[in-house]
Amino acid sequence: MAKRVILLLLLCGLAVLFYKTLTGMGPTLTLAPMSQQMVTDAPQTLGSQNVITAIVVTMRGLDTLGEVAVLFIAAAGIGFLLRKEHEHRREMRRDGSEILKTGARLLLPLIILFGCYIFTHGHLTPGGGFQGGVVIASGILLFILSDVSRSVNHSLLSISESLSGFGYAALGIAGFFLAAGFLDNRFLPMGTFGSLFSAGAIPVIYSFIGVKVGCELTGIFTSMQEDA
Amino acid sequence: MIVLLVLFLGSISLVAALFAIHTKSLLSAVISSGVVSLVASILYIVLHAPDVAMTEAAIGSGLTTVVFLLALRKIRSARKEDHRG
Repeated sequence: MAKRVILLLLLCGLAVLFYKTLTGMGPTLTLAPMSQQMVTDAPQTLGSQNVITAIVVTMRGLDTLGEVAVLFIAAAGIGFLLRKEHEHRREMRRDGSEILKTGARLLLPLIILFGCYIFTHGHLTPGGGFQGGVVIASGILLFILSDVSRSVNHSLLSISESLSGFGYAALGIAGFFLAAGFLDNRFLPMGTFGSLFSAGAIPVIYSFIGVKVGCELTGIFTSMQEDA
Repeated sequence: MIVLLVLFLGSISLVAALFAIHTKSLLSAVISSGVVSLVASILYIVLHAPDVAMTEAAIGSGLTTVVFLLALRKIRSARKEDHRG
């Protein structure tokens, strides 16, 4: 009985808190000073048309590096836990139908091209390295699921993944020496505002992130799927 | 108009979430939790956050669902081997 009363009191307290938050919530018409600074700075000094990308890659670039590291650790953990045990009998998977196979073969180049478009245009349009990498990984997943005879070259995956991770960190350190600080994008030519080759190192960094995320997610899928 | 759309999408996502909790079949639960993410990504577009919407659609409703399905298949094949051995 006492337990129920305490539970009821806790729920009432939670409801009061939520009610306070809900009534205090309204559309924000003015930005906080720091957000204002970021929104005006991103197009002018960093040369990026998409303000969110400028914030994610440059102003909060260290957070993005941390996120990529977390994803890498997750992929490595899955690969370690589900590593192939050769004495296990391989379950025979059913082959995809002819329609699925042909469709996957037709769609794979288009999906990969779309993923590359998303991460190379991260500084111009919505999207960026993470989204583009995920799109590429989903295309490869479709291809693997449709055809049993296909498999992924794991050493190629790990080589391109570590090279892009190295390139990302190296560009960050280059910003430390050639521009204002770690992950500063202003050591490459800025180009004209709004064109593909602009915003300094942002498109290069996002391309590295895209390749890295795509390889990591493909690795997660294949290690979960292969030894089922 | 936007309020109606948000209410409609919100009710879809509530129904899908409740279905995911109460259904007996694990497969339907995984699929309907993917539906929740898909509706959430449409809501993000309505709220003018296309970057977040892309991430939610690709990771939340695409990849997470596939990872759950693969894990489900792994559990089933492990159970089958237990029965045999």
